[in-house]
Amino acid sequence: MPTNRKYYRPYIGPCDPCPPIRVKSYETPPQLYLGFQPYGLKQFDPSTALRKGTLWPALYAPYTNPYEPREEEE
Amino acid sequence: MWIYEKKLQYPVKVSKCDPMMAKFLIEQYGGADGELAAALRYLNQRYTIPDKIIGLLTDIGTEEFAHLEMIATMVYKLTKDATAEEMKEAGLGAHYADHDKALFYHNAAGAPFTATYIQAKGDPITDLYEDIAAEEKARATYQWLINMSDDPDIIDSLSFLREREIVHSQRFREAVEILKEDQGRKKVF
Amino acid sequence: MSKTLSEEFYRLMEQLQEVDFVLVELTLYLDTHPEDYDAIKQFNEFAQKSMVLKQQIETKYGPLQQYGNSYSGYPWNWDQPPWPWQM
Ligand SMILES: [Fe+2]
Repeated sequence: MPTNRKYYRPYIGPCDPCPPIRVKSYETPPQLYLGFQPYGLKQFDPSTALRKGTLWPALYAPYTNPYEPREEEE
Repeated sequence: MWIYEKKLQYPVKVSKCDPMMAKFLIEQYGGADGELAAALRYLNQRYTIPDKIIGLLTDIGTEEFAHLEMIATMVYKLTKDATAEEMKEAGLGAHYADHDKALFYHNAAGAPFTATYIQAKGDPITDLYEDIAAEEKARATYQWLINMSDDPDIIDSLSFLREREIVHSQRFREAVEILKEDQGRKKVF
Repeated sequence: MSKTLSEEFYRLMEQLQEVDFVLVELTLYLDTHPEDYDAIKQFNEFAQKSMVLKQQIETKYGPLQQYGNSYSGYPWNWDQPPWPWQM
């Protein structure tokens, strides 16, 4: 599945107190790309649609917690 | 007028007693980008927008009340049988002192709901951009809430609500396109 | 006291949630696509399905809507739990 999650590497300062998160992410969900929704897009069946929160796969963008558990310092 | 329906929009389940999560969820009940603010924002804008957009504002505004009821359901279930001691331990001592288990329209930090959360400029494009931003802010809030939860059932309901913000944002973006097109045609509504 | 909620109640309620969700999605879509004939046809089909399901639930478990959009049993059974947040 193509991901709507984008990544960037923030500046890491020499005096940052928390162990740095080297790669951070943000979401760019499908409404940023779809434009005016065309007629006749493929649909989920009703039960799947309710579960996913939309009738159209083209607008479905699941989300999960992006934080990784802290690793021990090397 | 409005007709109430005795049914949740989505089958909300809560399997873990976790009053602290209720404290965070209340952000979407009485917070700046919460469901109450959304409902009131859209319904209020209907009076000063071209006719073509009024149906959309009415329907999204009404759906937001269904989402408000889902949030209330989660908060209700998360706190219903908590003791005073458990409320205190969950960081809800201040809430309990004022409200016992009653829900209250405030944000996660306890700031009471205010009309200043709801912009109404009267300029159709400005108001629709406001709405798009509001949907993206609500989507972001749901992401932060999901990041703080470890209950699959709560995450399930929050994911549904987050996805609804995506669809709402999509429709408001289309509404902007509809207004742009009409202007190009120099049509009067 | 109310009858205990059967699995059937939850099953029917979820079916209604599914059908009505399609209707919510099509409503918002049609608000910005008022001339999509196929979507309007689908909307009307689901409106019919929803009506049938609601009637089925209401005959067994009491009114879903108020102000005369649902029939009442005797005695007045609007107050009968569960309310949505109690389900
Ligand atoms: Fe929304």
